[in-house]
Amino acid sequence: MKLIENVSRRGFLEGTLATGVFVLGARFIPVPLWAAEGEAAPAPLQPSLWMAIALDGTVTIVAHRTEMGNGIRTSLPIVLADELGADWKRVKVEQALGDPKYGDQGTDTSHSVRDFFDVMRQTGAAGRWMLIRAAAAQWGVAPAQCDTSEPHFVLHRPSGRKLGFGELAESAAKQPVPGREELKLNPPSAWRYIGKENHALYDMPDMVNGKARYGIDQAVAGMVYAAVERPAVLGASVKAHDDKDAVKVPGVQQTVVLETFKPPHGHQPMGGVAVIADNTWAAFQGRKKLKVEWDNGTHVGYNSEEFRKVLTETSRKPGNVIRNIGDVDAAFRNGATVVEAEYYTPHLAHASLEPPAAVVDVRGGKAYCWAPTQDPQQLQKTIADLLGIKPEDVICHVTLLGGGFGRKSFQDFVAEAAVLSQKLQKPVKIVWSREDDIRFCYYHPSAAMYLKAAVGPSGTPSAWLQRSVFQGSASLTDAEVLYPGQDEIDNGWTDVPFDIPNHRAESGPARANVRIGWLRSVTNIFHAFAVQSFADELAHAAKKDPVQYQLALLGPDRKIDFTGTKYQNYDASLDQFPYYTARLRRVIEIAAEKSGWGKRSSDLGKGRGLGIAAHRSFLTYVATVVEVEVDSRGQVHIPNVWTAVDAGRVVSPDNVRYQFEGAAVFATSLALFGEITATNGAIDQSNFHNYQIARMNRAPRHVAVHIVESAAPPAGVGEPGVPPFAPALCNAVFAATGKRVRELPLSKTKLV
Amino acid sequence: MVDEGRMIRFKVNGKEKTFDGDPDMPLLWYLRDVAGLTGTKFGCGMALCGACTVHRNGAAIRSCTTPMRAVSGAEITTIEGIAPLHPVQKAWLEIRVPQCGYCQTGQIMQAIALLKENKNPSDQEIDTAMSGNLCRCGTYQRIRAAIHQAAKHPAAKETA
Repeated sequence: MKLIENVSRRGFLEGTLATGVFVLGARFIPVPLWAAEGEAAPAPLQPSLWMAIALDGTVTIVAHRTEMGNGIRTSLPIVLADELGADWKRVKVEQALGDPKYGDQGTDTSHSVRDFFDVMRQTGAAGRWMLIRAAAAQWGVAPAQCDTSEPHFVLHRPSGRKLGFGELAESAAKQPVPGREELKLNPPSAWRYIGKENHALYDMPDMVNGKARYGIDQAVAGMVYAAVERPAVLGASVKAHDDKDAVKVPGVQQTVVLETFKPPHGHQPMGGVAVIADNTWAAFQGRKKLKVEWDNGTHVGYNSEEFRKVLTETSRKPGNVIRNIGDVDAAFRNGATVVEAEYYTPHLAHASLEPPAAVVDVRGGKAYCWAPTQDPQQLQKTIADLLGIKPEDVICHVTLLGGGFGRKSFQDFVAEAAVLSQKLQKPVKIVWSREDDIRFCYYHPSAAMYLKAAVGPSGTPSAWLQRSVFQGSASLTDAEVLYPGQDEIDNGWTDVPFDIPNHRAESGPARANVRIGWLRSVTNIFHAFAVQSFADELAHAAKKDPVQYQLALLGPDRKIDFTGTKYQNYDASLDQFPYYTARLRRVIEIAAEKSGWGKRSSDLGKGRGLGIAAHRSFLTYVATVVEVEVDSRGQVHIPNVWTAVDAGRVVSPDNVRYQFEGAAVFATSLALFGEITATNGAIDQSNFHNYQIARMNRAPRHVAVHIVESAAPPAGVGEPGVPPFAPALCNAVFAATGKRVRELPLSKTKLV
Repeated sequence: MVDEGRMIRFKVNGKEKTFDGDPDMPLLWYLRDVAGLTGTKFGCGMALCGACTVHRNGAAIRSCTTPMRAVSGAEITTIEGIAPLHPVQKAWLEIRVPQCGYCQTGQIMQAIALLKENKNPSDQEIDTAMSGNLCRCGTYQRIRAAIHQAAKHPAAKETA
């Protein structure tokens, strides 16, 4: 089966691709199958990762993944453009519809570049090969004498003749597609864009002139606006409602009752009463005038502060063993000094600045959606199930996202518009208020962690026990589930890399009473917080330098041996992406060096301190040093952050830097302020006054990102900056004040 | 029938406009839903995030809490009404500020207003002027750098 196909003559191309006369499509083959190609043929898929060249030379490349500030509409297309020999200024990026032919389109888990780097290169290289063949045939010369050393042209080196991509498009389309053995990828030394600083985000010009269109900016003719009054408690339903005053509001047309989901909730709407109006404001005003009586379900008993006690108690009892080395219990009995600590982190909400919003038009048995979604295929499934139509009849246009962070992997808000459009037989625009966004989120789980170590005379532990208890997102599809999914417990917990002879990791049960979702870097947030805070506690208990202690904990350079342990490794093979402790050691050393660790920490003076934390997540190795200044009122300021990153091969260094600059701010928000609580099943927070995110005056003043040069396969960059930040910050607070922070947000701990 | 007494007259990006709807409607929703100017963003509805920042007679305001009755006779400027590639926008591109980009039009409108008042703001002054504008992607460091960069550009001081 061919990987890349010439589809120039097929008549089914969409959008601007249809203007291409030379079109290549690559089959998506998941990375783990590459090795097996030829042995076990993967399921045939329609070629889908298009590249097209038009007569005017315009190159169009499909982006099949979601842009939400991750830079992916640039990072993947530019890889193809580089191998093709194209001039990036003459490339158009076309956003793909949701369609299983692309393979996975869920933009999450920081895996877009990791999974698609190779196929984008191969498609580009195939196109280059065919353009060169076409030019060589026209000139009657050997293809080996030709190259694309001038972007967007094929050059005949001996004679200096050249032909543009547009001039060659028709004849290139008639060339055979190269087989794998003929396909020559450019060596990294020949790359024009990959790993270079010469390209900015494709969408950046429209982002600064106001033309960029997000989900909330979509409009279709004849659409009505909807705002939904939802039950404050998960699973509650409308008992009675009175809309007399609501429909009197000028611009309000009518109200519609939305059914509450049948458990499990999954991606379904929460239910409630929708107000349909001529514009967003009228819908919001009408909603305020609604009177709704609710039938509350079982979750009305949820009080997050009480539940914290349940989580903490659970963390003190033995749980499911997920990794076991040596005999921890025997080691603890041997009477070394025992150190214990308990950590707690609360629920969080994503609070992307664009609240959930979408337009759906259900007509003729199809649902046309314009949605800021991280997962268009899940959107198709969710809406198809709700409307009783086929997933392929749900047409999902993926807009730009005004931030996602995992919230927009969930489709409930788009589904509300779809259900309303079906009922009303009109296109419906749904806009969530900020209050809706905070109160009806898919929340980051709250977590309690218990750690215990036996410390010998050397200061490093002879035994280490760690227990984590939090609500799993499997509760999406099974309301009775009590233990987290394998990936959730793996992330930063199964894979603690320390060289300790007796080491046991456990997981405890917890029931979900609010919708649990995924938030940027997911369970790594609290796992890194507990493990890296505890490491710092042990360093101080042993009177060792925290950096030296981290290195001692890591032990000799090695691959972590997961034999006998279930470990998903972010769905990557451990052969291709082993856990190398040397890569973590290296980033620790670099972060320490860049921060002037040692000299700087002794010079800082009163109320100031440095802290370090290191963590591998999404196959990327990160160490972060945070400098804090705690003022006389106990307020924490962050003058400096130094982060060292080993993400393997990097496509766009500037994008990597700003993912990590942004992660430092995102993590500042959760570390300083982030807390969602529930009282009687209802969320207590509602807007940015009581769910604060870091403002410019509280954000780190300067974040320096150092990228480790690497030829290892590309790994994640969107999320891995978040996990080490909070523990590094809290370790710095300890250095500055002597106050140990064992719960987030930091505002809970009195520092002066 | 138009009730002339209720009619609100104002300008948006230099064009004469009239509005006879609910005078309590925030300018934000007029701009987005009525005028189709979607470059001005909704973020919180409580003047807490600055995504909806526009200019009224040259000064930055939060359009989400500015009722239509308060724009009577005013000149409103939105991101769409800024001269193409204003020095502030140019600096934003040079420093590569945006990530998701959603808050950036509000940030830019706030920054333009700041530079009109203060031709060469210090870090501290930038913090004070810009801390009402939230960015969830965390581009603050680059916003600060871009404002310094724009301040070096002579035209930044004249245009609005």
